Amino acid sequence: MRTKTNWTVMILITLGTILILFPLYMTITIALKTPEDMLASVFGLPKELHFENFTNAIRMTNFFNALGNSAMVTTATVVLTLLTNSLVAYAIARNMNRKFFKGLYFYFISAMFIPFPIIMLPLVKLTAGFNMTNLVGLTILHTVYALAFNVFVYVGYIKSIPVALEEAARVDGTSTWGTFWRIIFPIMAPINATVGILICLSTYNDFLLPLIIISDTDSYTLPLVQYIFQGQFNTDFNLAFASYLMAMLPMIIIYLFAQKWIINGITQGAVK
Amino acid sequence: MNKRLMPYYLMTVPAVVLFFVFLTLPALQGVYYSFTNWNGFGDNFDFIGFKNYINLLKDGNVGNAYWFTFKFAVVVTILINIFSLLIAMGLNARIKARNFLRGIYFLPNILSVLIVGYIFNYLFSNVFTIWGQNLGIEWLSTNILGSEQHAWIGIVVVAVWQGIAYNTILYLAGLQTIPQTLYEASNLDGANRWQEFWKITFPLIAPFFTINMVLAMKNSLMVFDQIVALTNGGPGRATQSISHLIYTGGFEGGEFAYQSANSVIYFILIATISIVQIRFLQRREGDM
Repeated sequence: MRTKTNWTVMILITLGTILILFPLYMTITIALKTPEDMLASVFGLPKELHFENFTNAIRMTNFFNALGNSAMVTTATVVLTLLTNSLVAYAIARNMNRKFFKGLYFYFISAMFIPFPIIMLPLVKLTAGFNMTNLVGLTILHTVYALAFNVFVYVGYIKSIPVALEEAARVDGTSTWGTFWRIIFPIMAPINATVGILICLSTYNDFLLPLIIISDTDSYTLPLVQYIFQGQFNTDFNLAFASYLMAMLPMIIIYLFAQKWIINGITQGAVK
Repeated sequence: MNKRLMPYYLMTVPAVVLFFVFLTLPALQGVYYSFTNWNGFGDNFDFIGFKNYINLLKDGNVGNAYWFTFKFAVVVTILINIFSLLIAMGLNARIKARNFLRGIYFLPNILSVLIVGYIFNYLFSNVFTIWGQNLGIEWLSTNILGSEQHAWIGIVVVAVWQGIAYNTILYLAGLQTIPQTLYEASNLDGANRWQEFWKITFPLIAPFFTINMVLAMKNSLMVFDQIVALTNGGPGRATQSISHLIYTGGFEGGEFAYQSANSVIYFILIATISIVQIRFLQRREGDM
């Protein structure tokens, strides 16, 4: 009974994808049209492709500068997160029977319930005082704010790695640090992939943190540029949509290539 | 101190320091400022006790923001969970091109909330209105984001459109943990689809239901990007969420201390709701 394709479900699920794809179809077609084309037909395909919308948007938003900033912050945050968050989670996971580490665990994960607005106002004063209203500051803050969730996920994973491996290494004379970097960190590859993907997405798409931290226009990330751009050129939809599309494109391309991996990673992260 | 333990303590130092400086400290400062009358700039301010908190209770804008946020969060949480559970069951059924379809349904989760908001902003004002006019549906013929009564529905639509993706994947993960043999057994016993769902599927994915309810609720209580992209809190203050009020009041309105007090209340509410939700739902998990 359950071996044949369930056509009713198949049809419903396929129809449902229209709801997902329609806004994306509109984004692509509008980005390629002119205002005159839009008057003729809002929904139709563009009669001819107007790539000058993209070149104009690139010029007006200083797109490549923002893309560079976003790419830099995202890459740095992913690397820093994987190196630091896994380390502290390891120390906690292996010493959960000790009060200090157990306390630390709950101290970290309790931050999952702190809404960002409660620290938003004092944070601006703090980062200004530390000269951190730049991309480096943004990277550090992204790394710190992800810690709560990541420690939770990492500790769950590390607990499932047998301690025997480390004991064998220790008998051979490897230090605790050496054991972590040479044995545990490589074993953590699947969970590192999950955490890396989630951090990559949330950092690249984040709007509120850069909005309050970054003041210098040269350091604007992509969402921030879209925000400013929207305010200034809200009448030219074709230009605006070209710039939206370009800002979303890097993640869409990554997703096309790593789709299965991303979904599996998130599923695994959830089950832990 | 035990020599063997030393490296473990050292491993925690950078994280603890950064976490304390950039999270705990600002949170404590926020609580401190909430008892002052500081406007956010300058050096002069006085300690005024609970005055901010008392004023918050009388402030219509604040009440309005809480009402909007709660109404929004409850509706979004329910809708997201219904739709994502249905979609997850569909994606878990015997269908063709499963992985491809899963890929499409997860797509909204990788897109920027702000940009998705801008795209829908255009759809609401220039596309859905055309449908409304053509189909003769009155409430759809004008931009609903411009209507004081209906603008919040527009924000719900966008939040649900995007929020479904993540919760669907979590439900899918839950559904895959259910052994097929249970369904085979219930088939032999003559259970219908409805009984199958309530007696097998739902109880077995109860932990995922808990996670999804808590996550969806927490995320929608913090709604900010969608508001900025769709209505900026308007028309009037009809769609101003709590975080949007704290942002605009605190940074643009010179209400630094006052909005700090608002943040403290906001924090207590979110923490309480999350904890109550987890307790309540986990007890139900046990009952089933």
